[in-house]
Amino acid sequence: MLRTKSLEYQYSDGQAFRFPDISCESKDKLLILGSSGVGKSTLLHLLGGLLNAETGSIRINDSEMVGMKPGQLDKFRGDNIGIVFQKNHFVASLTVLENLKIAQFFGGIEDEQKCKDLLKRLNILDKAHKSINTLSEGEKQRVAIARALVNNPALILADEPTSALDDENCDEVIGLLEEQAGEAGAALVIVTHDNRLKEKVSNQLTLV
Amino acid sequence: MKILKLAYKNIIHSPLNLLLSIILFGLGIGLINFLFLFNAQLKTKFDSNLADIDLVIGAKGSPLQMILSSMYHIDNPTGNISIEECKAFLNPKHPLIKAAVPLSLGDSYRSYRIIGSTDSLMSFYGAELQQGKIHAKDFEVTIGRAVADDTGLKLGDSFVSSHGFNDDEDLAHDHAAFKVVGILKGTGNVIDQLLITNPSTVWNVHDHEGHDHQDHEGHDHGDHEGHDHGDHEGHDHGDHEGHDHGDHEGHDYGDHEGHDHVDHEGHDHGDHEGHDHGDHEGHDHGDHEGHDHGDREGHDHGDHEGHDHGEQEDKNNSNQAVNDPSIPFARTNADLLKYPEKEITSILVKFKNRTNFQALSMPRSINDNTDMQAASPAIEINRLYSMIGVGREMVKWLAFLIAFISAVSIFIVLYKSMRERKYELALIRVMGGSRSSLFQLITFEGMLLTAIGFLVGFVLSHLGIEILAGSLKSSYKYSFSGFQFMKSELILFGVSLLIGLVAALIPAVKASKTDIHNTLTEKG
Repeated sequence: MLRTKSLEYQYSDGQAFRFPDISCESKDKLLILGSSGVGKSTLLHLLGGLLNAETGSIRINDSEMVGMKPGQLDKFRGDNIGIVFQKNHFVASLTVLENLKIAQFFGGIEDEQKCKDLLKRLNILDKAHKSINTLSEGEKQRVAIARALVNNPALILADEPTSALDDENCDEVIGLLEEQAGEAGAALVIVTHDNRLKEKVSNQLTLV
Repeated sequence: MKILKLAYKNIIHSPLNLLLSIILFGLGIGLINFLFLFNAQLKTKFDSNLADIDLVIGAKGSPLQMILSSMYHIDNPTGNISIEECKAFLNPKHPLIKAAVPLSLGDSYRSYRIIGSTDSLMSFYGAELQQGKIHAKDFEVTIGRAVADDTGLKLGDSFVSSHGFNDDEDLAHDHAAFKVVGILKGTGNVIDQLLITNPSTVWNVHDHEGHDHQDHEGHDHGDHEGHDHGDHEGHDHGDHEGHDHGDHEGHDYGDHEGHDHVDHEGHDHGDHEGHDHGDHEGHDHGDHEGHDHGDREGHDHGDHEGHDHGEQEDKNNSNQAVNDPSIPFARTNADLLKYPEKEITSILVKFKNRTNFQALSMPRSINDNTDMQAASPAIEINRLYSMIGVGREMVKWLAFLIAFISAVSIFIVLYKSMRERKYELALIRVMGGSRSSLFQLITFEGMLLTAIGFLVGFVLSHLGIEILAGSLKSSYKYSFSGFQFMKSELILFGVSLLIGLVAALIPAVKASKTDIHNTLTEKG
């Protein structure tokens, strides 16, 4: 469950954003739309704890993120938030399975079976021991989804997850995200300017 | 999946960087450790051979040379002294001396020295018999463990010696063969490298060449001088001068200036009382000619010429095995004292109480008042260390330079790879990694590089010692082992880790300051 209230952010160069209040229940999904420059990335990074909000409130389940100390926020992020990016980065020296396990390590859990189950559900278990760089972009996107889910997060954030994909892959990825978020009981927030998704997610918020 | 494991995966992910770092660092550490090992093993060997010997007494010359030849057997002797001269020190009733072992350095066999001494030599070095018996007749020898192992000599084997320290067939004495009657247990000290016989055997080998002289009155003098000078010849120019200077600084022996002169003159006068001087001059000339040759062969010549005074034809006739029955077989110092006209090379002395004032002043009084010199092994060996220290220092600094360059290269490698992996580092933060996780990751990478480099250097240095053991053995007469390990290697390992940490510090701090938001939103 995610709730924000009077969230504002000001960059050091003076650029300031004020965001509408957001609410998204567990197992629910929310699409945040908007063209470039309206603060989509800023909002996503605030929700993901990658930027520290100074005023307002971000509550995930019963925890208030605004005002957390840096170390505390890192830990909270690892435990409770999974993020899928448009272009996903991995630890290049590790295999697919190891990339999931390192996410678990930083989230403070160790559950190899869970990693394998996820890979199996996403149909890439056969690549588990391959180096991450040998995978195709589509496969990498699946690994990124698996990685976002591996710590049973309360919130899954997706930053333009489909904008680089063709229609077929777009459907598949959004389907996977919805399905996995539902199974994990997490709230799913997708930030995008990809209009194809408008038809798929009814709960929408447009930033202006 | 721990940070250390991630660091390990990261460094093996770029094998070329890894290779560069560990080759450079391994080389530096390897060189440093090689020097450590070499020094320590050499020092241990040198120290174990000190065998609590307080003083060495021998013919005048370089004190260091005398120590090296009499205790370490890696140089030629300074000359001989007559038993008459040194009888006071061989006297078992000497109030200050606990034990005195006379040495008569003789020929060698396959570059292992044959040494004539009393039975007390073996107890001096703590050697015990392993096989056979102690030599009891002329030309019988008891051999050290290393000699037996290296030359393959067994009980009952016979061999022919060669002159001096050379392993040169041309210089082989063609007299009676030596016979091995005993083999000693290994002790780890220099006695392992010796073939031990009686002083009389050494006398026999050398006197038989000029045994005609036995008939001549005054032969011993001739012999004596010939020997003495002969031995000096090979060394005077190089060793003596160098050493004498050093000696002055260290010891203040006062009369060492022109020491060689004193030696010659002293000798002549001392020994030749009542002899005609014409004869002497003839001697000295002969000797000095030999001098100019400046090598062992030169010595031989000098020797013969000095002796023979134109009796060359006799010499040629005398090269046969002759066991002179008039030469005694001496087991103890008391036996030796019965033959004051005979010569030995040096005496190893242990004092009853080395802090006794009279004992402390003994070397000086010997140097000042006799034709012999006395030197303390500990002092001379320390002097030797400081002399070879210069070359060692240079290699050491070279090694430090290599280690420093490798530390810089590790810094560059880490800094570069940190920049290349900025998305990865940001990702680790996204996954919940803290700033300190990134700091740890990069420092672990640096320390892993130096740790692996250390291991490579560690293996290289031990391998180097093991491989070089053969040639080291021939130049130092000691066996080195690549399988001896030292505490200082642990310290070196710690230092290696520290270097890795320092080299990684700046990249690690930079990594820990990775700004997730800016890195991830950076377009292109």
